[in-house]
Amino acid sequence: MLVRFYQGDTEMEHLPVTRSQVEDFLFEEAALLDDWKLKEWFALFAAECRYLVPSASLKVGASPDESLFYIADDGQMLEERVKRLYKNNAYAEVPHSKTRHLVTNVRLAPGVNDDEVTAHCCFATHRSRSGEQQTFVGKSTYRLALGPTGLLIREKRCELDTDDLHQLGRISIIL
Amino acid sequence: MTRYLGQGNVAIDEEAGRFRVARKAFTSNEILDWEHNEIFDKCWLYLGHSSEIDEPGTYVSREIAGRELIFNRDVNGQVHAFFNACPHRGAKICAEKSGQGRNFFCLYHGWMFETDGKFKRLPHHSGYPEGFSDDGSVNLAAVPRLQEYRGFWFICFDKDAIDLNSYLGGAMEYLDCAADQAEKIEVISGTQEYGISANWKLLCENTIDGYHADNLHATYFDFARNVASAASGGAPVPRLRLEGRSRDLGNGHGVVEFSAPWGRAAGKWSPAWGEDTRAEVEANYTSLVERVGEEKAHRIANLNRNIVIFPNLMLVDAAGLVIRTIQPGEPGKMHVSTWAVGAAGEPYWLRQLRMKNFLTFLGPGGLATPDDIEALERCQQGFSNSREAGWNDISKGDLNADDLPMEDEGQIRAFWREWAARLDGSADQSDVEKSKVVRR
Repeated sequence: MLVRFYQGDTEMEHLPVTRSQVEDFLFEEAALLDDWKLKEWFALFAAECRYLVPSASLKVGASPDESLFYIADDGQMLEERVKRLYKNNAYAEVPHSKTRHLVTNVRLAPGVNDDEVTAHCCFATHRSRSGEQQTFVGKSTYRLALGPTGLLIREKRCELDTDDLHQLGRISIIL
Repeated sequence: MTRYLGQGNVAIDEEAGRFRVARKAFTSNEILDWEHNEIFDKCWLYLGHSSEIDEPGTYVSREIAGRELIFNRDVNGQVHAFFNACPHRGAKICAEKSGQGRNFFCLYHGWMFETDGKFKRLPHHSGYPEGFSDDGSVNLAAVPRLQEYRGFWFICFDKDAIDLNSYLGGAMEYLDCAADQAEKIEVISGTQEYGISANWKLLCENTIDGYHADNLHATYFDFARNVASAASGGAPVPRLRLEGRSRDLGNGHGVVEFSAPWGRAAGKWSPAWGEDTRAEVEANYTSLVERVGEEKAHRIANLNRNIVIFPNLMLVDAAGLVIRTIQPGEPGKMHVSTWAVGAAGEPYWLRQLRMKNFLTFLGPGGLATPDDIEALERCQQGFSNSREAGWNDISKGDLNADDLPMEDEGQIRAFWREWAARLDGSADQSDVEKSKVVRR
């Protein structure tokens, strides 16, 4: 096991970014979400992008084109989601929830394409609103493009650890 | 003069044109007990779709009206509904949401059953009397009634209930409109299961409420307009409008049927889908006409339908086709399950489009359902005032008409009339038309 671990590690030395650089990026992303600076948050995404939250009990790697997800935004839909959350009649989030996005256990892996890197992490996102508190826990996988101005998110896939949303209800915040 | 029905919870004043529902109907534990006894234990309840158990030996487990159930197809192809409990000591047998196998097996003492529910064997059989399993008492217990209408399977816990077709009555043609959309329709993988902190009846009302959309979903209509405008190169697009009718279908079932600008896979092509998809959608329409005739095909392809089948099944047959059920929890909690439905074997681009359409509006992460959830939860919160501010108004539209503009509330009154008759023990479903007249 140890050997395989070090093999993986060796491979990572060839990645063009370090884990702490990626962590800085993810922490910044979390802070923008918690401050409800969603336009600035959306600017972290590449023009061609996806924000995915698969529904529970789907197989690992299920595609939103063939299976029912909770959320499967492309760039246009994500932009519309962000625009909506600024409106005073987007009632599900008026008043806004207080959120705290915790990001941890960050691991890097080679990207799907040459110009990107994959980041795996664990998340716990607290939401508090109208006297109710919830915690969304799961793992997220990012496809991060290595652009001239820094990292850009090509895909953010958040897989929740829950069997259902009976307790969590809706996902009207961004995970 | 005001008539009070439903144990005093539904107040109808014909002369004044007022129809009101007591808010305690949404908050009282006593009423929830009544509902379990008089509605969920006696009505036909949706269990699942045949496509979910296509293969012999497959099962899904479901929680319905507080029971744990197994919906399965045995190895010989027969469909069953069993209580998910071992006849020996009651342990739940299937813990997974779905699976496939040649037997059911209880983890506790190792009893084993055939997929048709028959007892198969147990370890250490010494000590049991001769012929122990002969009377069927150690088979998996079957739900008293199980019937299918066009791939939609329903159960009933009341062995004396009228047959399913009589129960569905006027709702059958709307199930036809869903089932006829393709040679074969199928439930797509993935289930959205979510909780709402509101009484179950609020979502029944909401699903066929044609009055709320303009206001509550204004941000969704903004979104739809932005997308349509982007698709036509930035040209201004008029605000999306839904126009249609609402109908009381008898037996508590209700529908809104309406036209909308979006495309429908069954045969209404939309420019937003791209010119290269046009021939395929038009071919779907031609095939639809061959199956059901021109008149019905036109209706299936061009109109949208939101249906409530009393008490807790909803079909949303709009930009996509969706099955939704509600299970009551406490008076102020419900669990919702939602499935997407498509045409079996449809091309990848159409399936992709279907999933995309579903998620723009519907579900716990859509751009509209979360606002519905917020509204229903706010209703439930407002009902805490029910002692002093005690009544909901559902008077919009002629109280005696069963076909009204979709913004009216006749279809919601249909739900409440049935609900009240059930609670009063006066529901008469032997003849849909007659029961409609009697209840007025």
